[in-house]
Amino acid sequence: MNPGTPIQIGTPLLEASPAVGSHDQHMILNMGPQHPAMHGVLRLVVEIDGEIIVRLYPEIGYLHTGIEKTCEAKFYHQVVPLTDRLDYLSPMANNLCYCLAVEKLLSLEIPEKAQWMRVLLAELTRLNSHLIWLGTHAMDIGALTVFLYCFREREEILRIFEGLSGQRMMTSYIRIGGLAMEPPLDFFDRVRGFIKSFPEKIDEYSNLLTGNPIFRNRLQGVGILSAADAVALGVTGPNMRGSGVDFDLRRDMPYSGYEKFQFKVPIATEGDCWARYVIRLQEMRESVGMIQQALDGMPEGEIKANAPKIVLPDREKMKTQMEALIHHFKIVTEGFAVPAGEVYQGTESPRGQMGYYIVSDGTAKPYRVHFRNPSFATLQAIETMCKGRMLADVIAVVGSIDIVLGEIDR
Amino acid sequence: MSQNTLIGKAAVLEGLREHPAIKAILAWNSTALLDAKFDRGELTLTIAAGQIRAAAATVQAAGYNFFEDVTAVDWFPSSSRFHLSYHIVSHTYKERIRLRVMVDGNAPAVESITTVWPSANFYEREVFDLFGIHFEGHPNLRRIMMPDEWQGHPLRKDYPVEGYR
Repeated sequence: MNPGTPIQIGTPLLEASPAVGSHDQHMILNMGPQHPAMHGVLRLVVEIDGEIIVRLYPEIGYLHTGIEKTCEAKFYHQVVPLTDRLDYLSPMANNLCYCLAVEKLLSLEIPEKAQWMRVLLAELTRLNSHLIWLGTHAMDIGALTVFLYCFREREEILRIFEGLSGQRMMTSYIRIGGLAMEPPLDFFDRVRGFIKSFPEKIDEYSNLLTGNPIFRNRLQGVGILSAADAVALGVTGPNMRGSGVDFDLRRDMPYSGYEKFQFKVPIATEGDCWARYVIRLQEMRESVGMIQQALDGMPEGEIKANAPKIVLPDREKMKTQMEALIHHFKIVTEGFAVPAGEVYQGTESPRGQMGYYIVSDGTAKPYRVHFRNPSFATLQAIETMCKGRMLADVIAVVGSIDIVLGEIDR
Repeated sequence: MSQNTLIGKAAVLEGLREHPAIKAILAWNSTALLDAKFDRGELTLTIAAGQIRAAAATVQAAGYNFFEDVTAVDWFPSSSRFHLSYHIVSHTYKERIRLRVMVDGNAPAVESITTVWPSANFYEREVFDLFGIHFEGHPNLRRIMMPDEWQGHPLRKDYPVEGYR
């Protein structure tokens, strides 16, 4: 096949993919892209023999917006709001990864308070993301109540984010060189209040689900992924740790001051949907502990790096200092040049290993930005997890691997 | 960054003599290592274009067990137009390396590493779709993001960001 030639229109998907034996009695079923349990616009082409899955094939790209191409036409600081739109359920995790990558290119030192705030926000984002996962996953299985409880707690996180950044979801609060602005006066009290009551809420979810025989039967032994398969198929994060691979970038390759925090990395060896459920519940408890540590140990100081040519000045300084006004004008109209080079920054997003690869040619716009998003790779493992199982298990598996189509299609 | 920068094969081989990936690559085929760079704490090893599958298998055997990502960069209009960056993490050494392959712009093609890491499947399809680089031996090389009937490869530098092509 010539790289330039398009594939024949109308080639059946399963014909185009690797050869299968005779499938005369098999039925091909499309799940999605408009299916309520597909968590966005995911289309799964399923070949079934009765109710048993013979082959399963994810077809993606329905949300492809060419964000990587758009980034090449933007200044470095204009890319931050675009990263929110990748994994729209955990925007701060995306902001953080991008900003760390650019700061690595710039060799920019970030003040300690900004680093601690970033950890706090990243963990709050993890809670936010895991709450949505738990709510929608339980709802897919049929436990509707949990969904409402999860969104009740998520609402408080979103209100905290709104107070912080003015936006509930697309926060763009973590910026190159630090944070967008000082957190509001009531921020720490609100987070403290939330964290105080949250462990009870996790117990509440656990009471509703862990002992529930329907929930258990739908998850235990379903969607098994071995440790070897997890590594071979690029699965990361809670899904990989649910298969017994003990690796977490926060602990093993720390960034943004994570090495100063004490936390356990939950591991399970079963590799089934139940293990992934247990792991994420434990991760929420660990995140609560880390947010508590961040609140208790929050250092005093600046929240922006001392780099006037890179970091936008405060509004007040702009009104009183000529230099600040000039810098603001320059950054907004011309951006800032970033030294030529390439970096890859990996972070542990709520869904797994996120990695942003940025190539700079020395100008004010990135030459190439590539997003390695965890869900994209996780989707490759879905066939391994579902093969030989019943069709209804696909719903449990898709719910348990916690994918977001925004970051898959980009 | 506190780490010093090492540019060029000789400097990296001198400065990072004990690095497990470099040792493995040299023990396998020292001529396949064309260039090396250690910059901002990241090691880049440039591998000869026809050798990437064997090089991937070599670093995998050396403990770099987790394939994270492969993507391309278009340096249009320079002669070796594309470079491919493979990011590989070691769970043992808790470290990441980057393998680099330079690809010619005329009928660009490179070996697929899906036999070494099946997880490269989607990533190679993405590079094929958006850059038009052909991966030889890939089990299912079809467009992944764009519609099957799409003409052109959007992430190439000669493809406009907006407007008509």
